[in-house]
Amino acid sequence: MGKWTRRAFLTTGIVAGGGVIIGVAMRPGNQVKGLAAKMGEAGEGLIHTYVKIDADNVITAIIPHSEMGQGVQTSLGQMLAEELDADWDQLKTEEAPAIGEYASYSAGRRYLFAGIDFPDFAIPTVDGAMMKVADTLNLQITGGSMSVRTTGILAMRIAGAATREMLQQAAAESWGVPVAEVVTENSHLIHAASNRREPYANFAAVVAEMTPSQTPSFKDPADYKIVGTHKPRRDIPAKVDGSVKFALDVRLPNMLYASVVRSPVPGGSVVSVDDSAARAIDGVVDVVVIPAASVNNMLGETLSTESVAVVADSYWTANRAVQALNVQWSETGNEGVSSDAIFAQFDSDITAGTERQTDRVQGDAESAFATAAKVIDADYHVPFLAHTCMEPLNATADVRDGRAEIWVGCQNPLGFRRDVATTLGMDPENVTLHNHAMGGGFGRKARPDYAMQVAYLAREVGRPVQLIWSREEDVRQDFYRPAVQSRFRAAFDADNNLLAWENTYTNKNEPIEAPLIPYAVASQDIGYVSSPVHIPFGAWRSVDHSQHGFFTESFIDEAANAAGKDGFEFRAELLQDSPRHLAVLTKAAEEAQWNRPLPEGRGRGISLQESFGSLVAQVVEVTVVNGEVSVDRVVAVIDPGLAVAPDGIAAQLESGVIYGLTAALHGAITIENGAVAQSNFHDYQAVRMNEAPNIETHVINSGHDIGGAGEPGTPGIAPALVNAVFDATGIRVRQLPLDRFDLNITVEETGEVA
Amino acid sequence: MSTSFWVNGVQQTVDVDPSKPLLWVIREQLGLTGTKFGCGIAQCGACTVQIDGQAMRSCITPVSAVEGRQVTTIEGLAPAEGELHPLQQAWIEHQVPQCGYCQSGQLMSASALLANNPNPTDAEIDAAMQGNICRCGMYGRIKEAIKSTNVASSSDEKLFYSVAGVNHG
Repeated sequence: MGKWTRRAFLTTGIVAGGGVIIGVAMRPGNQVKGLAAKMGEAGEGLIHTYVKIDADNVITAIIPHSEMGQGVQTSLGQMLAEELDADWDQLKTEEAPAIGEYASYSAGRRYLFAGIDFPDFAIPTVDGAMMKVADTLNLQITGGSMSVRTTGILAMRIAGAATREMLQQAAAESWGVPVAEVVTENSHLIHAASNRREPYANFAAVVAEMTPSQTPSFKDPADYKIVGTHKPRRDIPAKVDGSVKFALDVRLPNMLYASVVRSPVPGGSVVSVDDSAARAIDGVVDVVVIPAASVNNMLGETLSTESVAVVADSYWTANRAVQALNVQWSETGNEGVSSDAIFAQFDSDITAGTERQTDRVQGDAESAFATAAKVIDADYHVPFLAHTCMEPLNATADVRDGRAEIWVGCQNPLGFRRDVATTLGMDPENVTLHNHAMGGGFGRKARPDYAMQVAYLAREVGRPVQLIWSREEDVRQDFYRPAVQSRFRAAFDADNNLLAWENTYTNKNEPIEAPLIPYAVASQDIGYVSSPVHIPFGAWRSVDHSQHGFFTESFIDEAANAAGKDGFEFRAELLQDSPRHLAVLTKAAEEAQWNRPLPEGRGRGISLQESFGSLVAQVVEVTVVNGEVSVDRVVAVIDPGLAVAPDGIAAQLESGVIYGLTAALHGAITIENGAVAQSNFHDYQAVRMNEAPNIETHVINSGHDIGGAGEPGTPGIAPALVNAVFDATGIRVRQLPLDRFDLNITVEETGEVA
Repeated sequence: MSTSFWVNGVQQTVDVDPSKPLLWVIREQLGLTGTKFGCGIAQCGACTVQIDGQAMRSCITPVSAVEGRQVTTIEGLAPAEGELHPLQQAWIEHQVPQCGYCQSGQLMSASALLANNPNPTDAEIDAAMQGNICRCGMYGRIKEAIKSTNVASSSDEKLFYSVAGVNHG
């Protein structure tokens, strides 16, 4: 590992072609034994840097996040350019390299010290300490809808403002004028009284020697010219002419291709391989058993179980040969497990309530239920889900002479580099990782198993290898959104006021607040039981919100119905002390013309979900004919505090809605004989254009802290959809996906137990 | 065994197994990587190219099937170097792509549609485009972008789409 100094950047590709790097200072922070060796020379502060100024006054924003379609290179560039007063048209953006200096330190301050106001003098120390932690943990994460609200707020904005202040100071000294009279505009410094106007580049060398502030003064948002305005995404032109290079498009001299297969039952290892038929195929170079490997970081363990790969001169050949392998996999003990068995286990574990943990206990739920005039209950279920990124998992590696080079699209480049190094028994300094634009990520590409596989393969074969998972492998060997059951009870008094809310669900992950409700219900008892399964868990767009949004926003609708009240009105009454929530909900109802009557066979449903710092309300309209559901219209309102990139927010909402709608309508990974039963898009369907509703998006810039964008659109679509189906049919759907539910049969709405 | 065909106006001769899918010949032998692999069974449309002007899934089309025929890939969609096809321009104006991985296929399907039917209805757009999955869910933008190149259609026409029941067994 190199030392954390400004000089570290001189060894990276960033400065190739000239230009001056402007840093943001951080102090080392607490000296932790073992980390002290990583510190710079005495007196030298940490430098974390996002700004390069070239001699021709082109400014480059160096963005420490991966691009997977969310437009992060553009939105973070906007945040830096705004505070820097950079000329947007001349601004370049570049993804930061996978080196420790670009670890996700700002996430640490944002989350570990949430709500704490540090004095200005302490911030460089806190960030320095966070930097050390993030680098040690190899975190360079794109996920959790947090790029804008962590790196954007705590790094890009500060880097922009601090650089602008230093440029103003340098110009003032050079010109002999008061610094307060030096203004900035479009990458130029201006002193009106003396009629001076010079480009930033003229002062870049001076500024590079200055100590940047970690607590510069920021613009008043009312003065924003770049943030909050529509700037076309920088990555789009290369995505309309085929020129963008995904990892799949890497071509190296002498490169071979590989396909791979793992045990259908998760956890199985290789007992024997009969590869005679595979090796007989013309073009096959080798058959390699890749050993199991495990890596661990703050995100949890990733077990890359044993696999068998075929290496060939063509991917087509390699994949045909994989299908010709006869592999005997070891018994895991889970060969008899089915989805039905898993849900039966969930049901009995919830009923038993053994070692139930609680998320929220308030009031006195027990006596509320004991004395209630009316109680309703319901059980909800969701199945496992795969991510099915459009770009199947793939990576390319070249390992020789004690060094490894890897080309991959991933959500944690620094972590992947470390994990590849671990797999190869190398020092991470000897691994170079080239991160590519991802053809979808959704959480799957935070798991490094595919990169670990190809690193091993390339070393075994001694030539560059491109490993591409078949779609079948991608569907069957995912880290899945878990199957979950959630049991509810609600208690009402004689006036139909909701007194108590009780909820027990299986298997908690994160975010921890996902099962909580925003409604003013006096007595609440929300908790969970552990019910382990052998299917690997992974973060799936919006993670636990993806199921709890469906559960809680469906059951609150059941509660409204039980109280004889309208779904919007019922929620609104319970949000009188939550004006921000109420505003979002009300805006959605207004935009959707909530009270406009619908014809027979049509229905309207609403949902509200707070997630990742943003609030989203959705209204869905459906038509149900002969049990078939058409999703006609979705109105989605988001309050992200401030929309940095308004069209980007709209696009993320549209995307989140369709991603959630795919799951709500079709998404089901089922387990048969211990293995995933689905394999490709024919049996794991995605919403297509003919099913896609009109989506109307609305943004409320409330001025609250900036929230996330990538995930908040997903959780609310499923409940709004089933609430609309109920409105249209009187049938309550408590189990997804909808296309497995027979809407032609009549089911009980709510089971009254008292 | 060699196969000869035209790709983006240039004649190509490859000596490969005639059953090798066109997708992998384009990507591996010809080095044109704009055409993507998504599923391998003609379910997702990422590999869509045009063969004699018709949108086809190259992942299941053996190279032998294009002997002597005209293949157009995303690299050949623009009319000339430095220019864009009207749909590519519309894709930028409507900020269509997110991850972008499916967009080569989307554009090849959409351009084949317009070449055969310059003024498609919403239902015709749905029919032509439903073979192309976009996991980022940019269907609304894709449709608007297609319609923006189509002066005859009304952009505020709204149809209701049916959810086909899929039997998973």
